[in-house]
Amino acid sequence: MAKPANFHVVIVGGGATGAALAHDLALRGLRVTLVERGEVTSGTTGRHHGLLHSGGRYAVKDPESARECIEENFILRKIAPGSFELNDGLFVAITEEDEAYLPRFLEGCEACGIPTQVLSREEALRLEPNLNPQVRVAVRVPDGTMDAMRLPLRFLATAKKNGAVVRPYTEVLEVLKRNGTVYGVRVRDHVTGREEDIHADVVVNAAGPWSGKIAAMVGVDVPIRPSPGVLVAVEGRWTNMVINRLHPAGDGDIIVPQRGLSIIGTTSWVVDDPDALDLPEDHVRLMFEKGGEMVPVVGKAPLWAAWSAARPLVGPRQAETGRELSRTFKCFDHADEGVEGFVTITGGKATTARGMAEVTADVVCRKLGLDVPSRTREVVLLPHTAYYRL
Amino acid sequence: MGLKRVFRVFRYKPGWSRPRYETYTLDLPEWATVLEALMRIRRDHAPDLTLRHSCLHGSCGTCGMRINGREALACLVKVQDLPERITVEPLYNLGVVSDLVVDMPAFYEKFEPVGRPLIRRSEYLPQAVPPEGIPHFTRLESCIECGLCVSACPVAATDEAYLGPAALAAAWRVVEEPRDARVWQALALADSPHGCWRCHLALECSEVCPTGVKPGHAIAALRAYLLTSQAVRTASPMGEAS
Ligand SMILES: Cc1cc2nc3c(=O)[nH]c(=O)nc-3n(C[C@H](O)[C@H](O)[C@H](O)COP(=O)(O)OP(=O)(O)OC[C@H]3O[C@@H](n4cnc5c(N)ncnc54)[C@H](O)[C@@H]3O)c2cc1C
Ligand code: SF4
Ligand code: SF4
Ligand code: FES
Repeated sequence: MAKPANFHVVIVGGGATGAALAHDLALRGLRVTLVERGEVTSGTTGRHHGLLHSGGRYAVKDPESARECIEENFILRKIAPGSFELNDGLFVAITEEDEAYLPRFLEGCEACGIPTQVLSREEALRLEPNLNPQVRVAVRVPDGTMDAMRLPLRFLATAKKNGAVVRPYTEVLEVLKRNGTVYGVRVRDHVTGREEDIHADVVVNAAGPWSGKIAAMVGVDVPIRPSPGVLVAVEGRWTNMVINRLHPAGDGDIIVPQRGLSIIGTTSWVVDDPDALDLPEDHVRLMFEKGGEMVPVVGKAPLWAAWSAARPLVGPRQAETGRELSRTFKCFDHADEGVEGFVTITGGKATTARGMAEVTADVVCRKLGLDVPSRTREVVLLPHTAYYRL
Repeated sequence: MGLKRVFRVFRYKPGWSRPRYETYTLDLPEWATVLEALMRIRRDHAPDLTLRHSCLHGSCGTCGMRINGREALACLVKVQDLPERITVEPLYNLGVVSDLVVDMPAFYEKFEPVGRPLIRRSEYLPQAVPPEGIPHFTRLESCIECGLCVSACPVAATDEAYLGPAALAAAWRVVEEPRDARVWQALALADSPHGCWRCHLALECSEVCPTGVKPGHAIAALRAYLLTSQAVRTASPMGEAS
């Protein structure tokens, strides 16, 4: 029988997905090298809202994503204790139209296994005094806040402890392929300036919105579209719970408190190059306006920072805006297209990275003829500070 | 496009006998931050430029550097507010690894043993009543481990073993709100020969801290606490603060 330690997997991309995958594979006993062109989490991962999704946002339109979110939300609470602001979240109805959405929302949550509690206007205002006093009804869900960088650092720290090699500032220049089989990557280490080949039994493309670029190096098609969104941080923590608008997911309908800030998001458009993200001023203004509808002080608070981040959305290339595409992740084994030794994992959420990693590691193991189960549902992660100490 | 700026960027790689400065001229949009400028320099001019960044909004603490001689988070400094020539250099007192990247293991070597939990009680909106099942609202700690205070600290510049403002501020947080952390251990570190007594209390650290941690003030508080609490001076587990 083949032993896991006989195999070496190279992961391209040090975001949430690559980090969780390195942890999963290292825990199964495989040899793992993760390469990231910048500092880890410097792609999309570090820039997200920091929302530990309950899945409520997707419960009506995208139940598959909603189920993944709630399942992973509960797993993360167990394996990453001490990483989250566990204050729950509210979906708030401000208009009559919002209120009319309540039954569908509750039905959706119930079908996906998302616990809910319906709160009256008075109850909601007692929890969050800064809510728009016109709030009609609110639904409590198990949302939370994470530190977008420090949660993946825990995956990486634990992966390192289990023997994985994590190489930041190491950029993939080329994917090495011979007779239809990928056998490694050529990288440049930007610290030493050296180029080198790293051989691998399987290369996993976990480059988020850049995964189309990595796939192009191999000559396979990955139907991802970089779809950026604008996020705005305002000074002041105006709520302790995550605030969502009770309506079909749209622009500027999330406020995530984090430390002494409130993060408002987001918008959605589509670009070709994830390295050239604009920051449209009208999107920034829209965040203040929409955020202010839920929590009026947020709309008037001083701007702290505004930025963009690109989703790695999976979907057909002809879609016009990003929003209709499923949020669910996709794992492609490019053996389908006649290329061995190359797997792509993309899409999903930071919240669901562990689940994405489990599925991908199963695919990798199957390809290598290994029969070792994932243990990431149980193993408690090292603290983030361990990442820089190992 | 409207902002034309000249960036002088500190460049250094292992093995070089000395660092050098390279100059890049950029045409930037109004909203650009110094971090955005550096990311464009890497994209368009110098692919081997190494720098750290993640959140782009002052929450992760990775993009600390010296901008025109002053410690700051590059993602929070608008190019618009700076003069035409901008010099960007790595933080002091942590050792340069490559270009703008400093040695974070050196930072965590002092920070981690303090054992400060990442999650604290939220002091915001004290009038709010938490929902059923949540005893009190919590939040992430303010310190984002950016190292700006360490860079600005004159004692850290001369005493390599000095625990430094970030770790000492974390120690004070443990004393203030112990949670499950070991208070006696944090106090023992603070009370050690390279601990809080080395500080000059000129508060350069509090001035540069981007998140209002005020490490210098925390150090003053630690000293007062240590002076008044005889029991913990011995730093024994029996001296655990109640
Ligand atoms: C606006 C917005 C808000 C969001 N909010 C949330 C939220 O609140 N909660 C949540 O759970 N999810 C959220 N998401 C989703 C979440 O951020 C992403 O799903 C997740 O971060 C993707 O992680 P990743 O590892 O797949 O990609 P990335 O984090 O982008 O990682 C890919 C990495 O690959 C690296 N790379 C690229 N090219 C190369 C190369 N040639 N060589 C080496 N490395 C390379 C990049 O530098 C990058 O670090 C949000 C997304 C967006 C866009
Ligand atoms: S107050 Fe103390 S810790 Fe802060 S900069 Fe001055 S010497 Fe350093
Ligand atoms: S105390 Fe302030 S300046 Fe020092 S590391 Fe923490 S956040 Fe940065
Ligand atoms: S990039 Fe996170 S603090 Fe600047």
